[in-house]
Amino acid sequence: MKSDAGYRVPKIQIRDLRKAFGAKQVLDGIDLEIATGESLVIIGGSGTGKSVLIKNIIGLIAPDSGSIMIDGTETTTMRHAERDRIMHKFGMLFQGGALFDSLPVWENVAFGLIQVQRLARPRAREQAIEILAQVGLPPEVADLSPSELSGGMQKRVSLARSIATQPEIMFFDEPTTGLDPIMGSVIDDLIVKSVRELGATALSITHDMASARRIADRVAMIHGGKIIWSGKVDEIDRSGNAHVEQFINGLAEGPIKMQVKG
Amino acid sequence: MPFFAPIGRSTIAFFTIIGRVALFTLYSVSHCVRPPFFPRQIGRQMLEIGFYSLPVVGLTAIFTGMVLALQSFTGFSRFSAESAIPNIVVVSITRELGPVLAGLMVAGRVSAAIAAEIGTMRVTEQIDALTTLSTNPYKYLIAPRLIAGLFMLPLLVLVADIIGVLGGFVVSVFTLGFNPTTYLKNTWDFMQVMDVVSGLVKAAVFGFLLTLMGCYHGYNSRGGAQGVGQATTNAVVSASILIFLSNYIVTTLFFTQ
Repeated sequence: MKSDAGYRVPKIQIRDLRKAFGAKQVLDGIDLEIATGESLVIIGGSGTGKSVLIKNIIGLIAPDSGSIMIDGTETTTMRHAERDRIMHKFGMLFQGGALFDSLPVWENVAFGLIQVQRLARPRAREQAIEILAQVGLPPEVADLSPSELSGGMQKRVSLARSIATQPEIMFFDEPTTGLDPIMGSVIDDLIVKSVRELGATALSITHDMASARRIADRVAMIHGGKIIWSGKVDEIDRSGNAHVEQFINGLAEGPIKMQVKG
Repeated sequence: MPFFAPIGRSTIAFFTIIGRVALFTLYSVSHCVRPPFFPRQIGRQMLEIGFYSLPVVGLTAIFTGMVLALQSFTGFSRFSAESAIPNIVVVSITRELGPVLAGLMVAGRVSAAIAAEIGTMRVTEQIDALTTLSTNPYKYLIAPRLIAGLFMLPLLVLVADIIGVLGGFVVSVFTLGFNPTTYLKNTWDFMQVMDVVSGLVKAAVFGFLLTLMGCYHGYNSRGGAQGVGQATTNAVVSASILIFLSNYIVTTLFFTQ
């Protein structure tokens, strides 16, 4: 999508996004642009509104004010039918996996294929097994129940489910939380590989710096409901921003104070 | 006026809940009648709510019928009115005890299970995951349960009616010395279509309400295991109370001129 001036419309463009829960202003004027094919990682402490931001973009939460454009189309004022169409572009890996525990692994992976693309079940099953192979899982796991899998395997199945419908935009909510460092690294590599193969745009949130460095093209830091710094991943060590310095080095002392109650 | 403030607050809270439940009901029902439908989910819920409730409903009905015969015998023999027992049993079971007791038992079983399952799906983000997979949770989770409740409860109550009358028959014949043929003939003669039909209409209403309460409390549960536990309790309590309330309303509609 190129306009006359050669300006590429960003895949996701957010302007002055605000959201409060009660008296707590969680998002306080977020401005963010993500280019097509770019992988942006948002870092920030717990409770700084990272998840709320993603849920606003997907449409699981309605913002109080501000604008969210996907491919140049405003989504905050969309009606249900249009929102459904936009939703087809999204894939999301949830923090806890969020696998449907009433369905076997293969039906989890094939869920979008069966419900949305209306694929016949035997065909969807074959495809699910292929996708499971892409995330390094053998065909035997297809008939297991999600509760029979380890945390790392659940994450892989969840990743398989989110890439199954070949989304244009992928969201990753704390992809390495709860995993050991080796499994975390494996999942990061799978994320990078899947995003590259899909040619997708990726938005991840994490507080794991090792993971952020592996996944990101660009990093943005959220603090106090605002994006306080953003830059290329290799610039992060010379950001010149005291908040970023404190966060990436994990220092107890610095401008960021732990808030017990917001 | 510190005295009036709490009254106002609780009144507002009460009407807020009524409004929320009403909106939830409207939204859910509108998704029950608009495609896409999920026949596989509906079938699964019919099995879960209908078939697997058969043992508990059957046991409730048979003991109720038995006790009913026994109690009316001890009471009615004082007036030498024992011959009214088949009448009493069939009218009580089909009009009231069948639907209400089956409804309450299924509320305990099904409303709780629905609230716990949907509540867990809420707190583990499975409901959000459904949305990101372009599947409306109202259509996929709630509508199949409401439809299953609406259609399976009348079937369950029909079974309960038969088993309940059978319970009364067994006690009357084997311990109270009734003639089996006369008992059955009296039962058949006294039974009216309206008795059974009103009971089945009640059952459909109860089935809708008890699944609705399970879905409502599960869908709106917050805050981990404790929240899900709270949702389960609220689902069973509110379903039971709504069953009694709607029972009165339906009875009024059917049996008062």
